[in-house]
Amino acid sequence: MPLYHTDDQAMLAETVTGFIADEGAIKKQLRRWRDENCQDGFGHDLWRRFAEMGLTGMLVAEADGGLGMGHTEAGIVLEQIGRNLTPSPFLTTSVMATTALAGGSDDVRGRWLPGIVAGQTVAAMAIDEGAKHRPERIACRAEKAGNGFRLSGAKDFVVHGASADVLIVAARTSGADDDDAGITLFAVPKDASGVSHDNVRLVDSSMASHVKFDAVELDGGAVIGDVDGGRELLGRVLAAGRAGAAAEQAGVAGGAMDMTVDYLKQRKQFGKLIGEFQALQHRAAHLYSELEIARAAVIKAQQLLDANDEGAISQRAQIMVSVAKAKAGKVAGLAVREGVQMHGGIGMTDEYDIGLYMKRDRALAEFMGDAFYHTQRVAELSGY
Amino acid sequence: MSDLEAFRAEIRAWLDANCPPEMREPVRTEDDVCWGGREFKFKNDAQRQWLESCAAKGYTVPDWPKEYGGAGMSAAEAKVWREEMAKIGARIPLSSFGIWMLGPALLKFGSEEQKRHYLNQIARGEIRWCQGYSEPGSGSDLVSLQTYGEDKGDHWVVNGQKIWTSYADKADWIFCLVRTDKADKYQGISFLLFDMQSPGVSTKPILLISGNSPFCETFFDNVKVPKDQIVGPLNRGWDVAKYLLGHEREMISGAGGGDRTAAIGAAMNRMSGGVDPILRAELAQFDVDALAYAAMGEKFMDEVKVGKGHPAKSNMMKYAGTELNKRRHELVMASGGSAALEWDSEGSDGGSKARNWLRTKANSIEGGTSEVMLNVIAKRILELPGVS
Repeated sequence: MPLYHTDDQAMLAETVTGFIADEGAIKKQLRRWRDENCQDGFGHDLWRRFAEMGLTGMLVAEADGGLGMGHTEAGIVLEQIGRNLTPSPFLTTSVMATTALAGGSDDVRGRWLPGIVAGQTVAAMAIDEGAKHRPERIACRAEKAGNGFRLSGAKDFVVHGASADVLIVAARTSGADDDDAGITLFAVPKDASGVSHDNVRLVDSSMASHVKFDAVELDGGAVIGDVDGGRELLGRVLAAGRAGAAAEQAGVAGGAMDMTVDYLKQRKQFGKLIGEFQALQHRAAHLYSELEIARAAVIKAQQLLDANDEGAISQRAQIMVSVAKAKAGKVAGLAVREGVQMHGGIGMTDEYDIGLYMKRDRALAEFMGDAFYHTQRVAELSGY
Repeated sequence: MSDLEAFRAEIRAWLDANCPPEMREPVRTEDDVCWGGREFKFKNDAQRQWLESCAAKGYTVPDWPKEYGGAGMSAAEAKVWREEMAKIGARIPLSSFGIWMLGPALLKFGSEEQKRHYLNQIARGEIRWCQGYSEPGSGSDLVSLQTYGEDKGDHWVVNGQKIWTSYADKADWIFCLVRTDKADKYQGISFLLFDMQSPGVSTKPILLISGNSPFCETFFDNVKVPKDQIVGPLNRGWDVAKYLLGHEREMISGAGGGDRTAAIGAAMNRMSGGVDPILRAELAQFDVDALAYAAMGEKFMDEVKVGKGHPAKSNMMKYAGTELNKRRHELVMASGGSAALEWDSEGSDGGSKARNWLRTKANSIEGGTSEVMLNVIAKRILELPGVS
């Protein structure tokens, strides 16, 4: 498969680019919800518009009412979300939660997927425990209780968790905290008794929750997939989230770079456009090169995941997903730092958007593992 | 089975029957590389046989048209060919500046007669080519070149000097940039082909820091070049040269190589005294960059084959690929420790690690320096103001 978009994907990209640049623009979404101190951190109207466009269910199987598309298509949407800094539950709900739910029974899919496809349901991912992404270790515990489970523990960095209709929770149903086995995924409804949120605003104006589960009673219908055998499904959810976050970071980097290159062509100092200075030209050209490489890594990871939609993810796809997240993370970091520096003083002002790119990138860098985590993972998967 | 899958099966069967086991071993030393040419001494029968089998099928240049010695493969078929070659670790049958550089320029700018004559020779590995571009006073500023061809009616008389001519002492013919109009800097250069055995041509190898001499100084003293040995129109050789430089940059950029890098990490695991965590971290960071670049290489080739992508993108590939390769060899040396310092012992394959490390320092100088690549990206891709 060639490493560029097919004609269908290019058409999708054209539609989505226009749609998000317009309705998802920084002024209409990010700044608006931030300035109104919105506790959801995103707009529900736009989420319904995503549904009208068929985007909310793009990864959901056709049999479940979705479009049955792949990670490459989802990446097209995420790149535009990144470029416009659009606050949206798309990555958590339409990419990660749908990947989790696809591994569930007819009942669990039937309970949650129609609402997601319709743009009425928002899901949040409760995976991280502690300030750094380390899903190898899961301490949050669900014990057998009657026909169901009793869930106790805490989760962090649950993005828009407080306003989500359902939390997808990775919990331990057996074994020790660091065991590979003994993981089960649950779909925990918003109104389950014993769930509490400490809802906090993050640097990029998104809302994330520290969630506490205090003996939350769940019936068997909350289980997604196999009890104790959830590690493989969790692996697919993580891969989807990481490749998706990498695509979004590539979008953030692209937006920041374009804005900066435009600025180099407008700003005059010493009687010259600053873009005439070779010191800046070389840095901009270096950034361009790095970003092209990051984009290639992202599409390669997406294609490998799409070729691997059943069962455990191949070693090659695992490595490439981590390469994509690490590379996109490093490059997006470079793009926003160069962006602020090359804008000079106005880059430090709230009025200019370049700083918003820096903030969004910082949050995305942590989401589903930062460049350090994924670089380490590449070494481990490569056998050293 | 799709046509492409049938084609894959055919290629696989052919490789199975025709690629000798010795040609499935990694290239270790310079004489493992088959360069072809009048004077070439094959290292063994397997090397000769592999070249001849491939040339007979057009597989030395799989995507060139059949009438010019190729196999006429489509972009998708050529990718299958590369994939199947990679699967069995097959060596490329023929390494050649004719294939990588002159060939594409002839396909675009050559006359029909030139194509039939020269391309078939290149495909069969009969003539080894070298490139006469740089001059002592013309490095990054290539267009200032002074080598002059004086018009003598049915031929030119060429005088001047080239430098950094790769393997000029082993080459049969040269493709050479020669000034044919002193009044016009850009539109006063012609692209000439001539035999290195012509009277008046002499070469002198340059000893490099690697202890090897892959480059020469090349001198032209009243060399007679017939008028039918020009490619493209008179005084428009710069167009041909620029096009060809694009291909050269693609070629050099391929040196980054992704999938091989994990081997450095594995080798380091076997080091005595355990793994230095900071070195390991640098290796892992390199691996991320190298694997991402490998994806870029694949994407770039896929796009080139269908005419997608920015025409100046090869400059980006050259820049990133060569900088990466230099980093790779720094890490090979660091991982190898004192064993990698050995210069001519048998155990070190004649000092291959140290010599290769030093050789890679030229990657970001030859074929356009990294700094020139960044200038070109800034001007042609980012369209920043005021760069020449």
